[in-house]
Amino acid sequence: MSLTFTNIRILDPESGTDKIGDIRIEDGKIAELGPDCKVSGTVIEGQGLCAAPGLIDMRVTTGEPGRENRETLATAAQAAISGGVTAMVVMPGTDPVLDDMALIDYVMRRGENLPVDIHVAGALTKGLSGETMTEIGLMQGAGAVMFASGKSPIRDAQMMRRLLSYSASFNALISNHCMTPEMSNGTVAHESDFSSRLGLTAAPAVSERMMAERDVALAELTGGRVLLDLVSSAEVLPVLRRAKAKELDVAASVSINHLALNELDIGDYRTFAKLEPPLREERDRQALLAAVNDGTIDVIVSDHDPRPAGEKRLPYAESSPGAVGLELLLAAGLSQIADGALEILPFLAALTCNPADLLGLDSGRLRVGAAADLVIFDPNEPWVCDASKLRSRSKNTPFDGRRLTGRVRHTVKKGEIVYSA
Amino acid sequence: MTHDFDAYPFEREHCLSISDFHRVDVERLLELGARYLNLDEQKDGNREVLRGKTLINLFFENSTRTEKSFELAGKRLGADVISMQVASSSVKKGETLLDTAATLNAMNPDLLVVRHGSSGAPALLSQKVSCSVINAGDGMHEHPTQALLDALTLRDAFDGDIGGLQIAICGDILHSRVARSNVQLLNLLGANVRLIGPPTLIPTDADRWGVEVFHDMETGLKGCDVVMMLRLQMERMKGAFVPSKREYYHFHGLTRAKLAHAKPGALVMHPGPMNRGVEISSDVADDPDISLITNQVGAGVAMRMAILHALSDAQDARRKSGDAA
Repeated sequence: MSLTFTNIRILDPESGTDKIGDIRIEDGKIAELGPDCKVSGTVIEGQGLCAAPGLIDMRVTTGEPGRENRETLATAAQAAISGGVTAMVVMPGTDPVLDDMALIDYVMRRGENLPVDIHVAGALTKGLSGETMTEIGLMQGAGAVMFASGKSPIRDAQMMRRLLSYSASFNALISNHCMTPEMSNGTVAHESDFSSRLGLTAAPAVSERMMAERDVALAELTGGRVLLDLVSSAEVLPVLRRAKAKELDVAASVSINHLALNELDIGDYRTFAKLEPPLREERDRQALLAAVNDGTIDVIVSDHDPRPAGEKRLPYAESSPGAVGLELLLAAGLSQIADGALEILPFLAALTCNPADLLGLDSGRLRVGAAADLVIFDPNEPWVCDASKLRSRSKNTPFDGRRLTGRVRHTVKKGEIVYSA
Repeated sequence: MTHDFDAYPFEREHCLSISDFHRVDVERLLELGARYLNLDEQKDGNREVLRGKTLINLFFENSTRTEKSFELAGKRLGADVISMQVASSSVKKGETLLDTAATLNAMNPDLLVVRHGSSGAPALLSQKVSCSVINAGDGMHEHPTQALLDALTLRDAFDGDIGGLQIAICGDILHSRVARSNVQLLNLLGANVRLIGPPTLIPTDADRWGVEVFHDMETGLKGCDVVMMLRLQMERMKGAFVPSKREYYHFHGLTRAKLAHAKPGALVMHPGPMNRGVEISSDVADDPDISLITNQVGAGVAMRMAILHALSDAQDARRKSGDAA
């Protein structure tokens, strides 16, 4: 079983490669890479297309177990491959919460025969209640790649300190939702001129900054590894830059929604653009894009959060936040690249080698001998998003009806084409 | 029978927000409202206007004056009026807003008056029903008919023109849908608007609304022609916004002493219901020489008749052109 792509633009963010060449795949691995490869097996002409490592999405919520009407691992996997995602980390906020090694094992086994790698984030506290530490070491042994706080942050600073300190002995990555609950709970929007005109209860961006400052301080105190999950404002970026200047083990993720949309997309109370954290101002969006380009933000995630229509077709304040994103992650980013707002290698790094480094995975690189997980895309193809055509079981996307530039053509998993547009 | 709508027809389908209207729409509405201010016209006038039409009042929040004034306005124009008691309806049994909308829509109402605790709920409803929707207050967003009746009251008090007036809106701006609608409408009509309130009750970036913001009443009231007081909305407050009613009244309650800083003869308004001794003292509220508060209630019926009338005419015109096509 072999496969060759010829005359394709090879993009490997880890090595900084951006050149035209061939890729030959044998037995599920990359056998040869570069100009004038030997051609064998199925040959796909790659003129005008790009090849990059298959994307790693570090934040995906599914409904399995417990809310299969939203999404199962299998439907999420189908959505993933149509978006060029070949590995994803599923969040622990299921029913029951993934706070025990048996549950980690269960989800991993459910994901075994799917066309994407399913990695599991264990719950940081029992039931995600923020009160009792889970068996971080045992869950890591069972395969959990990181530990997450869930939708609400670890509120108690002493608890967070102990979590960081304890997990440091396992070198485990901890992700904490970056907001101050006392300021943000009960609010549904970003505090601004726009939201106050709409009469929506809102929290200021400083809510995010305060939690980021605390977690950075605690990371410094304990030597733990922390991921500031889903940063969304310009105000948090100086905190991150300071932490990185001190060489602390602090990383940050941003959702593709916050790179592509701003608060005005709420428009006339469009609940499909209701997200957590909320969409912010255009200057925040611009600052986040710049922070991806300069590497301040390490990871881009889809923050895939499937919600049935019934939870969205409600008055704004009462509707659930969240959007699906696995299928649109790459296209929404490529659209920003087409607009000149984002650079392609930093963008891809935030979706491939950076998450792989944080999670300790081998994937996310194009190199000879590595597993052939690839996404082949046309960076310039224009198309219009139609939510009803999404493969995800839930169709809640703020991109419905939007024009996008750039589209996945093929997704290759272990040397096999698992998706073609 | 007909009115002077010929120059520019009023074509709006709904009344959801002041920003849906342009100046001419507003002038048409106020012109019609002024006609209905005349009690002879209002009570013995043409009851054929809404003959055969059904008006449903759908109030998810308690209301006395708004609901009754819509009911009276509908009846005085000859409509069949029903008021939904939401507290005793299936909404309490978990039915969603859109289920309720579908149920009501099946009864073929022509006009639906909605008050809801969530900002944007009437707009959502208007997408799912085939009748005209009138926003009678949604969360902290807008209360357009209140703003229109306030403008009508002011026009009546200032001989038909409020351009150039200095109008202070005071108190709990943050939670007030009345303030949000009034700022837009009064600006549209050429008045100069100021907002006065403690910093915790003034919305973020309110200075970008085309208003001046003050935190001190004495400074803010200087040179004002009209002082519009707002109710301190304790029920929408989670946590502390002001330390006590006593301190609030001391610094932000309207008394004769504070009113003395405004222009001599300045008039006082309040959308009701009032918290006497919290945001306004009784002797100011009850002084007929300076208080427009009861005029506002009277203008409420007239203005709502005008709104129902205009929406209904626009509906007829649309149906007629639909038939012709």
